[in-house]
Amino acid sequence: MNTLLHVEDLRVSFPTRTGVVEAVRGVSFALGQERLGIVGESGSGKSQTGRAIMGLTPQQAEIKARRLEFSGIDLLKASPAERRALRGNRIAMILQDPKYSLDPVMTIGRQIVETLRTHEKVGKAEARERALDMLAAVQIRDPKRVYDLYPHEVSGGMGQRAMIAMMLIAGPELLIADEPTSALDVTVQLDILRILDRLVIDRGMGLVFISHDLRLVSTFCDRVIVMYAGKIIEELKASELSQAKHPYTQGLLNCMPKIGADRHPLPVLDRQPEWLL
Amino acid sequence: MTPALSIDKLRVVYDDFIALKDVSLTVAQGESFGLVGESGSGKSTLLRAVAGLAPVSGGTIDVSGQRLGKSRDKAFYRQVQMVFQDPYGSLHPRQTVDRLLLEPLDIHGFADTEKRIQRALDEVGLGSGFRFRYSHQLSGGQRQRVAIARALILEPSILLLDEPTSALDASVQAEVLNLLEQVRRDRKLTFVMVSHDLGVITHMCERLMVMQGGEEIERLEAGDLATRNVAQDYTRNLLVASEGFVRDA
Repeated sequence: MNTLLHVEDLRVSFPTRTGVVEAVRGVSFALGQERLGIVGESGSGKSQTGRAIMGLTPQQAEIKARRLEFSGIDLLKASPAERRALRGNRIAMILQDPKYSLDPVMTIGRQIVETLRTHEKVGKAEARERALDMLAAVQIRDPKRVYDLYPHEVSGGMGQRAMIAMMLIAGPELLIADEPTSALDVTVQLDILRILDRLVIDRGMGLVFISHDLRLVSTFCDRVIVMYAGKIIEELKASELSQAKHPYTQGLLNCMPKIGADRHPLPVLDRQPEWLL
Repeated sequence: MTPALSIDKLRVVYDDFIALKDVSLTVAQGESFGLVGESGSGKSTLLRAVAGLAPVSGGTIDVSGQRLGKSRDKAFYRQVQMVFQDPYGSLHPRQTVDRLLLEPLDIHGFADTEKRIQRALDEVGLGSGFRFRYSHQLSGGQRQRVAIARALILEPSILLLDEPTSALDASVQAEVLNLLEQVRRDRKLTFVMVSHDLGVITHMCERLMVMQGGEEIERLEAGDLATRNVAQDYTRNLLVASEGFVRDA
């Protein structure tokens, strides 16, 4: 398996009035054509890791890494223009809530066409055709109708499919999905995952799946990285999650209410100061 | 014994959209009742209709034997309080925790406000150190604790919980659920809880109703979900979905 992405000792820090906040503190991993899950609580640095790869870190933040490389391109040395050419084309990102991440004053079709025509020289008619095909590929039943709708006119699940269509139209090699299903109902969640799953298999895409939902990640991904306070505390095969060694991972697995388990009160995480080291 | 909450053929209509179609339900005193369903199933609308936040266009609601009219009086809110889903949206951003907790006491003319605020904060596990903070200085779990303290400070007998933990991390969710169980036991409260998470509902509630499209689909005991003793395909699908992703072979 050839490696798409190398991340070595990635650090993201934000200067604030009360001192520097280190959001990501030395994260390393490599990604091939696989599904990699990054799990952690809010504030664990999982989203900032994804954003650093995508090049969406806020300007005031400082990014350091021994190596941050995407298919041979050094992302830290790349110019803004080079990053822009990559973004949306070879690396794409799906965000959490389609309500906030789609342009509210542009029809869904136009947004998809815009992405395509930014990265490829295609005529208007062909762009429309391809956008419609893409909408059909993410299992939107009536693509022609949805093409002309505004984001507020569609449901959350439909909006998320539209965003996936937009992200995939340029045929990215790496897809970063930041909580792509957290705003959706459980059953819709699984539909979206099925679409992503097929894309990874059919197109040989690399997928970074960022989520706080351990149950979902463990059933969907090949490998899971568990983050706590900006660091990777454990990396395991998704199928072996139940044998996690770190007390934090065990605690996270344990504290979810399960159907059929009668545990009152629920076990809670007993956070140890040494986890922060 | 008169039931804590008794709803008969409740109907909520927005223009020409029927959000709730003739739903009936009875919750005994001290019971914890769950409502499950996907977005748009009408589960939150039902809670909001009881709290007087949604227009009722048909049916009746009785709280402790008292028929509710069009508007709710002060005495009603002494008895029934609600906790909302998003602790980031439900606390006033420019009021300190102290102000937030004082307001309901003021409205209802309580005298010993000082003692009550302190006790309310203690009860939800926030020390007095949090009393003069603003909500943006608190984490999501701490905010939800403040929202629970605000609901409990009037000593209600019924608590309406609208997805109280779905905006929180799993580890924080466990702490808040434990807190809710604790106060329910200590004060003998009646809960009506809405959630899309079957695990949370079976953990917290003895009985539950599955809803879809504004209608009741099925009524179950918590144990039925564990033994898969469900009659409707819709419920079965929800159960399967709650177990996570399954790759087709």
